[in-house]
Formats: sequence, C-alpha cells, structure tokens
Amino acid sequence: MPVDLRRTDVVIVGLGAAGGVAALPLAQAGLDVIGLEAGTWLRADDFAPDELRNNVRGWPQAVQKANREIPTHRPNPAAPYSPRAAIHPMMNAVGGTTLHYWAQSWRLNPWDFKVVSATRARYGASRIPRGSTVEDWPFGLEELEPYYDLVEREIGVSGKAGNINGRIDRGGNIFEGARAREYPMPPLRGCGFGDMMTAAAGTLGWHSFPGPAAVNTRSYQNRGGCVYHGYCARGGCHINAKGSTAVTTIPKAERTRRLTVVTEAHVTTIVVDSNGRASGVNYIKGGTEYFQPASVVLLASYVYENVRLLLLSTSRAFPNGLSNNHGQVGRHYFSHNQGAPVSALFPRNLNTWYGLPAQGVAVDNWADDNFDHAGLDFIGGGNLWVYSDRRPIGAAGMSTFGRAPRWGAAWKSFIKENADRANTAYLQKTTLPYEDNYLDLDPEVKDPLGYPVCRITADYKENERRVAAFIQDKMAEWYRAAGAIAIERGGIGTMGPTTHAYGGTRMGDNRETNVVDRWGFSHEAPNLGVLGASVMGTSGARNPTLTAQALAWRTAEHLVKSWKTIAS
Amino acid sequence: MDDTPILTRRELLKRVTLVGTAVAIPVRLVTIERTPADVAALQGVNAAPAAFETLTAVEGETLQAIVARLIPTDGNGPGATEARAAQYIDRALGGALAPSRNAYRIGLAALDGYARASRTASFAQLPGAEQDAVLRELETDTAAGFAGSAIFFNLLLTHTIQGTFADPYYGGNANFVGWDLIGYPGVRLAVAPADQRLDTRPAPTHQSAYDLAMFSKKKPARARGGAGDHDHAG
Repeated sequence: MPVDLRRTDVVIVGLGAAGGVAALPLAQAGLDVIGLEAGTWLRADDFAPDELRNNVRGWPQAVQKANREIPTHRPNPAAPYSPRAAIHPMMNAVGGTTLHYWAQSWRLNPWDFKVVSATRARYGASRIPRGSTVEDWPFGLEELEPYYDLVEREIGVSGKAGNINGRIDRGGNIFEGARAREYPMPPLRGCGFGDMMTAAAGTLGWHSFPGPAAVNTRSYQNRGGCVYHGYCARGGCHINAKGSTAVTTIPKAERTRRLTVVTEAHVTTIVVDSNGRASGVNYIKGGTEYFQPASVVLLASYVYENVRLLLLSTSRAFPNGLSNNHGQVGRHYFSHNQGAPVSALFPRNLNTWYGLPAQGVAVDNWADDNFDHAGLDFIGGGNLWVYSDRRPIGAAGMSTFGRAPRWGAAWKSFIKENADRANTAYLQKTTLPYEDNYLDLDPEVKDPLGYPVCRITADYKENERRVAAFIQDKMAEWYRAAGAIAIERGGIGTMGPTTHAYGGTRMGDNRETNVVDRWGFSHEAPNLGVLGASVMGTSGARNPTLTAQALAWRTAEHLVKSWKTIAS
Repeated sequence: MDDTPILTRRELLKRVTLVGTAVAIPVRLVTIERTPADVAALQGVNAAPAAFETLTAVEGETLQAIVARLIPTDGNGPGATEARAAQYIDRALGGALAPSRNAYRIGLAALDGYARASRTASFAQLPGAEQDAVLRELETDTAAGFAGSAIFFNLLLTHTIQGTFADPYYGGNANFVGWDLIGYPGVRLAVAPADQRLDTRPAPTHQSAYDLAMFSKKKPARARGGAGDHDHAG
C-alpha cells in the first residue's frame, strides 16, 4: 500500500512548460500546490556548449524517465512499426522541455481557432478534408489574448508586434491577430544572413519580420540578455536568458511558499473515488510508493504521457481509463507537419555558426488562410523560418547537394569550402486531426515498471502532403531570390514521436467529441484539469508552447475563480 | 523545435537492413594519392603511436587505416588521422558508444577478412586506392561475403565525423584540426554582432567547452566507469 501523504489543494503532475506556468496563479491565489516532477533541477552550469553531448547523444533527455517510455509508432494499423526512437523528444526536469527548447513563442493566428467555420464560409464545406475530425475551438483568439499577454510578461518574450488593437505595424507580423500591447522586450537582433533573407523577401513582395522568443534581449526580471553563443537548441541557457519556467514562474511560485516542488516523483496513476472524482495521485520516489491526496488534480505531463496516464488510471467509474467513458482519450491526435525541409547552398560564407534558432526571419504570407486557397486543393499553409544556428558535427554531416561524395578527398574539399555556405529552413505547416490518427496503449511494449507505453497510430494525409509541396516551392523561391545556387528538398517523413504533438485530450463544448471542457476540465471527472498541447484541436503553423502556456494560465485562473464548484 | 531523429545502433541496423540495398548512394571519388613522406610533411608532426584503450592492437591498426581514407590528410590539410578520430572512437567504445563495441569487433574483422580475400593483403597494408575501393564496396553493400557491410560503413563514417569535429574534450579533433578545416570559429560564451556578419570568419578561439571554468566541474564521462556518464543512465 502506498504511503498516504497530507492532503493538498492542488497536485500538478509535471512541472514543465504548462504545469510550471499554472503553478504561479494558483500559488498567488493562496492555494496549496504540490508540483510533482519526474526529473530534477538543472542549473546554468549543466548547459555546456557541447554538441556531441547535447545534440548527438541526446543529453539531457537521455537521463530522464520519459526516455524509458518512448512511444511506439506505426503509420496505420496494417503497417509495420517504425523503428523505435532511441531518445524521447522531450525531457523531464523542473522546467521540462522549456530548458532546452528553441523558445519560439508564437501566438496562434485568428484562423487557427475557427478552421471549420472560416473554411466553410470562404470556400464551402467540401473543402474540409475527408476524414478530418477538426472542430472550431470553443472560443476565439480574443478570449486567449489576455493570457498570452500575461505569459509573455511572466516568462519574458521578446518580439515585435504587428497588430496592436487593430493598428498594423509592418515591423511585426501583419497577419497576427490583434494584441493589447507591444512585447515586453524588442526582438532578438538581426544577423548578416537574416538581413540577406529579409532583403530577398522584399524583392518577392513578401512580408518578413523577426519572430517572437522567450529569450531576453536585455536584462529582464533579474536575468541577463541573450549572448548568441550558438548552443541554445537542445542545450539550455548558461546565463538563464531563456525564459524557462525553471527560472521564471516556478521559482516565483515557490517564493509564495504555497508551491512545494517534489522532484524525481514518478506518477503512476490518478486515483478516482467511488463518486468518480479524482482523489489524488500515486507516485514512486526513491523506491517508495506514495499517495498524494488533493482536492484537484492537474495533469500537465506531455501529450503522450497525459493520454497514457489517463488510460492507465482505470477504476469502477472509468473502466476504460479516466475521463474516457466517451472513448475520446487518445483521439484527435496529430503531430506538427515539420518535415519536408528545404536546404540551400550559397556561393558565399553565411557565418551562421553563432546565434540561436529563435534568431531569424519569418514569412507568414503562406500560412493559415493568409492567402486565397480558391484555386488550390488544400487548406492551411506554413510559416517559413530561416535562422542562424550551425554547429560543426552537424555542418560536417551536411548534404553535398549532389556535388561531391560523402567521404574521401573530394568530400573534404567540398566541406572545406561549403560548411558555412548552406542553410536549412524550418517549415511549420498546418496539420489536421483525422479519424484514424490516434494514441492508445501499446499491447506489447512496456516500461520498466511493467506499464504499457503509449502507441502512436498516425500518418500524414493528402492535405498535409499538398501543403508541404506548396510550402517547399515557396521556400525554394525565397532561397533563390537570396542567391542560392542549389536547392534540396527533404521528404515529409511520418508521424513518430515529436516535440510538437497535439490532441488526445481535446478541448471543446461537445462531450461526445472532446475530453475537456472550454476551461480545460474533464467533462466526466470535474476536478481533473488537463494542461498542455493535448487539449489543442488545431496546430496552426507555429510552435505550440506559448499557446499551451496561455491555456494553462487560463485553466488555473478558472480554477481559482471557481474553486468552490470544482474542488467540492 | 526540430525533431532530429536519434536512433540506437540497433534501430539503425534494423532500418538500414530494411532499406540499405534500395538506397545505394552513387559515389564519385576523386582521390589524391600521396606518399607517406608527403603525409608526414603535411602533418607537420608525426601522430603519436597509437595506444588503444578498448580495441585490440590489430583492430586499432585497421581503424586507423580506415579513418585515414574517410577524411584523408591531403592538400586541404590535416584529416582524421591528425584529429585522432580513431582514438576518439576507441575511447568512446568503452563508454558512450559501448553498445557498438561488438559491431566493431565483428565489422573490423570482416572488413580485414574481405580485404585479404579480395586483395590478398590486410586492409592496413593495401595502397590507398585499393583501400578506397574496399570501403566503397562496403558502402554499396557489394563486398562479397560481408553481409550488412553498408551498415558498418555508416557507423564508421558517423563516428569518424564525430571524432574529427566534436569538442576535443572527447579525445578527437586534436589541436582543433576538424574545426579549422571547416572554419568553425570555436566555442565562445558571448558573441558580438560583428561576429555574425556575412562573409566574415571570426578568429578561432581554440578552446574546449570544458576549458571554461563554468563547466569544468560537470564534465561528462569519456569512457567506461566514469562518473556522470549520462549516456548510460536510464
């Protein structure tokens, strides 16, 4: 039997991007919060600029719990399993993946909240791809705007606004929805390569702008500004300029003395009482099993683990998994269409050795519904992103664009000349949920405790493939306008474990098709909240983290305001 | 963020086994032949005699000969030999790359056996052009009797690149010859706007991340049994 602990108001499972944000408004409201985190604290001196360790060998993901629970993947039920990834895409630590992520901190565009109704209105209902289960969000961007604003200020997001209360500023993204005010810090600085791409976008008549990032560009809340050293991706920040929740909202919540952080806590199940309410969670720490009772449970691990924990938490009230009496847990799963890259070779040194993936130039002309799709055979689009980030092992492994073999003297000659002359764009593209893309428990593969791991059954469909081909054409056009002498396109790949996973506990008013309500609380177990991108029903064409964080703050605020209803 | 796939060697083997023969990579090789005297002159100093930690002396000699062809020493400067890529691999096979130790045991023996069977000399004793031909046959899975040779070749190439371009802390990229070859200006803790201009090349710093005081207390392990070997945890 587990050791019973003292009851708390709220237990949060996972102190990463979302849980780490939600803890703050809860603690500030005077609620007692226990934050259970599978990982440990990591500090600035853990983040050495070491490509072999960070990028090749997958530290620090490799040391974490999640790495023993890597989801399996098959494109469809009839297909063989894909090779299992050796490294989980996310990591466990206080702050979670916000420690070593790229920190691009976008708001979704207005269209992303109303894909169904806006598509019907502009092009007709037949343009919703067959088999897609996409729904409008239960609210629009304007509902989430105040929470985006709060999070941008708490974690510190730098950027340039393109639309303040309807006033368009061409210095920012002219396609973004209205925001109440400017970013708290100016954007990351430009660089030679970025300036070249900006000029090229101008020759095409496209609008380019610097992207938003949870990276300080000046001293902000007692943390210094970015020093552009080049090891931000999968490395963590050695001066805490990156606004990880580990250095922003979590320590701030701790200072209220209402948040208790428990590290190396491996949550195994959410416990349900005879009334079908969540009564707390079981976790293992140091070989001992504990039961942490709580009035409210907030599930804030990553998409795969949110779904897995719900499905593993069976009870008399929920024989098929917690909050799954409508069979919706694991449904409406999708992962961001980030494949199908485009690379370019230039006849000059680009000097992109330094900088960071968030230091770049965006074009949003071909994203979402920012262009007319009347003559096209898909909906949605992609955000084009080029940035300054290159390290030696990665550079040595570059494509030779068909101009040299991949080893020997001719290769060496090629790499000597061209290691600093290539660039690969990051193209995030609309991805929709479909009936037959889903998560469940793997019937065979287990974690070391004997619990099944999450199984992904998902593959890109025609709409995603058409978007990818269209966006690759646009990116090639942009590179050529900048003087590229060779272009190479990569394949779209399939939908294995990823850093940009969505759905599985989708948010919506209809309890027949959604797991959580418009506030992020379970339709079936009202004192269970779910945080993270697992509640998102559309991807947009940009990184999900800031949206997951804004939603988490909103769910936490709703809990505070509705405490008596939800907690009793 | 990106989703660079990181596969275990076992998964790599599986994947390559599935598709390896279908994706034979067309190879055009232009090799520059040099005498040992040329090589010694280019190196400036003679590479230290090899002392291997994990590999046997015979395996080490074969590996040295392989890396010298993958990234040769030539008119473009030092190669994998001067970078001590073989020493990096040898050391890592006792630590982070330990799961590949058996692949090296089998693969190096098979490669040498193939060289002797097809060329009547050990791989290390063959002339450079013949060594290249052997490697090309491995790469294209056309080495008779050496099943899965392309998988082993890819492993060798991946590790040779690591040993030539990784932080010198791990024993390769000696004297920063790899970073100098491709013009990587090195680890800097802060970078000025002028260091990010087009067509410029900041002066190389020639330091390891772990030369910096801030990180010197949390060094990752380099070989078997070391504390903090993150690659073995979990």
